[in-house]
Amino acid sequence: MQKPRTLLEKLWDSHAIVTRPDGTTLLWIDRHFVHEGSFHGFGMLDHAGRPLARPDLTLAVADHYVPSHARDIPIADPEVSGIIATLGRNAQRHGIELIGMDDPRQGIVHVVGPEQGLTLPGLTMVCGDSHTSTHGAFGALAFGIGASEVSHVLATQSLWQRRPKTMRIAINGILPPEITAKDVILTIIGRIGAAGAVGHAIEYAGSAIGALSMEGRMTICNMSIEAGGRAGMVAPDDTTFQFLAGRPRAPRDFDAAVAAWRELPSDEDAMFDRSISLDAADIPPTVTWGTSPETAISVAARVPDPDRESDAERRRGMAEQLAYMGLRPGTALDGLRVERVFIGSCTNGRLADLRAAAAVLRGRRASVPGLVVAGSAAVKRAAEAEGLDRVFTDAGLAWGEAGCSMCVGMNGDLVAPGERCASTSNRNFPGRQGPGARTHLMSPAMAAAAALRGHITDVRTLA
Amino acid sequence: MTPFQTETGTVLTIDRANIDTDQIIPARFLRKPRSAGYQNFLFHDLRANEPAFPLNAPGADRCTVLLAGENFGCGSSREGAVYALVDAGFRCVIAPSFGDIFASNAGKNGLLTITRPEADMARLRHLPQDPTITIDLPAQTLILADGTTVSFAVDAFRKRCLLEGLDDIGLTLEYSDDIAAWQDQDRLHRPWAMPG
Repeated sequence: MQKPRTLLEKLWDSHAIVTRPDGTTLLWIDRHFVHEGSFHGFGMLDHAGRPLARPDLTLAVADHYVPSHARDIPIADPEVSGIIATLGRNAQRHGIELIGMDDPRQGIVHVVGPEQGLTLPGLTMVCGDSHTSTHGAFGALAFGIGASEVSHVLATQSLWQRRPKTMRIAINGILPPEITAKDVILTIIGRIGAAGAVGHAIEYAGSAIGALSMEGRMTICNMSIEAGGRAGMVAPDDTTFQFLAGRPRAPRDFDAAVAAWRELPSDEDAMFDRSISLDAADIPPTVTWGTSPETAISVAARVPDPDRESDAERRRGMAEQLAYMGLRPGTALDGLRVERVFIGSCTNGRLADLRAAAAVLRGRRASVPGLVVAGSAAVKRAAEAEGLDRVFTDAGLAWGEAGCSMCVGMNGDLVAPGERCASTSNRNFPGRQGPGARTHLMSPAMAAAAALRGHITDVRTLA
Repeated sequence: MTPFQTETGTVLTIDRANIDTDQIIPARFLRKPRSAGYQNFLFHDLRANEPAFPLNAPGADRCTVLLAGENFGCGSSREGAVYALVDAGFRCVIAPSFGDIFASNAGKNGLLTITRPEADMARLRHLPQDPTITIDLPAQTLILADGTTVSFAVDAFRKRCLLEGLDDIGLTLEYSDDIAAWQDQDRLHRPWAMPG
């Protein structure tokens, strides 16, 4: 009898072309997504005069630099318009399908792939973006790569990799009302730390994960990288298959595909290198206070005091984070004034996320300015069909065109220096949303609640 | 890439945990071509905001070995973080742990990443002022100014690529027949894996 295998091991074994004596494996890559920032990778390919191996497995999507407003007029910054144009030129020259800025399918690549049915269980998927882990929600092995590896995949449709260790994170029980996937992943990162899963592929399991929608699973897998994970994944099940059925690029013989996908979940007795479990009932609305996602704490908690930290290095790190964030030890998060909100990103820019934010905002006025950006043009159209755009604009928030926007600020959507922002994005690093910007990560419902009250607050206390 | 054999250089210490790649190079510089001089963007905002940031110290621009904190290079996959370090003259980063993607990017650009446990890191941090260190990659040994040594592990394939300055893609193309044969059998086994 074959040794029981994890989902990761099955994905690995089914993509191993050769394995060298030193243990590195040449892995076949089923999907390669590129974006504006991939120009370095194309440059290396062209510099070496190499052709692109499999344009049919490569997709180019404009997302990082596209403006969220006024797309009908030329982009003022020539570097920004240039990098978007370069993606189009590279795609055309190499025969790659392009989803450009004006394409009705445009959006953040990690939202577009699943929408189009290009993201599937059982695939290996890479992109020059660390949030490629998002696609693992479908039971794919998906991970971010740098420009040299982009170039390698363009040239060979394969990558040398060492198999990551396996880590199982089980969320057991039922999530309390209004506790979302974002609260789950922030709580996990707060528990294991920003380096907690370095070298590991995480498999999220347990009844609370099984009960999540695909959107929720994507939110969780998306932020695996924020715990240092090489990848994050969820075993495919009926929720996965129902999401994919009828998608434009889903397999034509869908039933045969589903039959193959049902073999993917980890075998019952499969061994993981590490296992941890959390009780869903213990997960609170969660918010970060510092400049690493590992500073996630309950909204009911207070900003920690470095003086109570025994380790000198950690104490200094905490003090630096407090200084950057303009916070004093012991300050209650609930009640902390914010100057701006951002709702969107590959973490929380899907229809379910916008619905959750709109449910809080409906019929009310925000007391601070904010920006809502759908993860894709398709999400934007669906939201508008439900009238969610009116909910946001009636509340006083701006409603933008799909893209990465204020999560990373490359398109000019920036949080001002010193400004405090309640954000549904994935990184609160110094300067991430703009030089000097102070980011507090939270769920869409919590960001909407912060917009209403003008301060961080427990969404459950809104009548 | 530049082959790495034995390197003697001065150590710069940035002793902070979780230095992410947004801090190594802020996003707004990533649209620049490599010819723009990525060394100008290295730790740009930290240098601008903190006069006492180690890279602002006199002589810091001559350092070639970076002693960093836990989880160095976490976050974004941007290879620009490695370009900035390499273009500023760094040949090696020593840390208790690295972001996985950063470490992979580093190896592809001739930047050696060495992972050492806290005990070794403490020894290295207590080097004298303006310390010199020799990194002997063939012997996988760090030689400190006082002659004592610290050994380190390195992936065998990565070591060969660094020593010889090899191009990954050129090596992989030697496996073209294996890749072609694999595709032929995969088309039969996984017809559903092609985009519909």
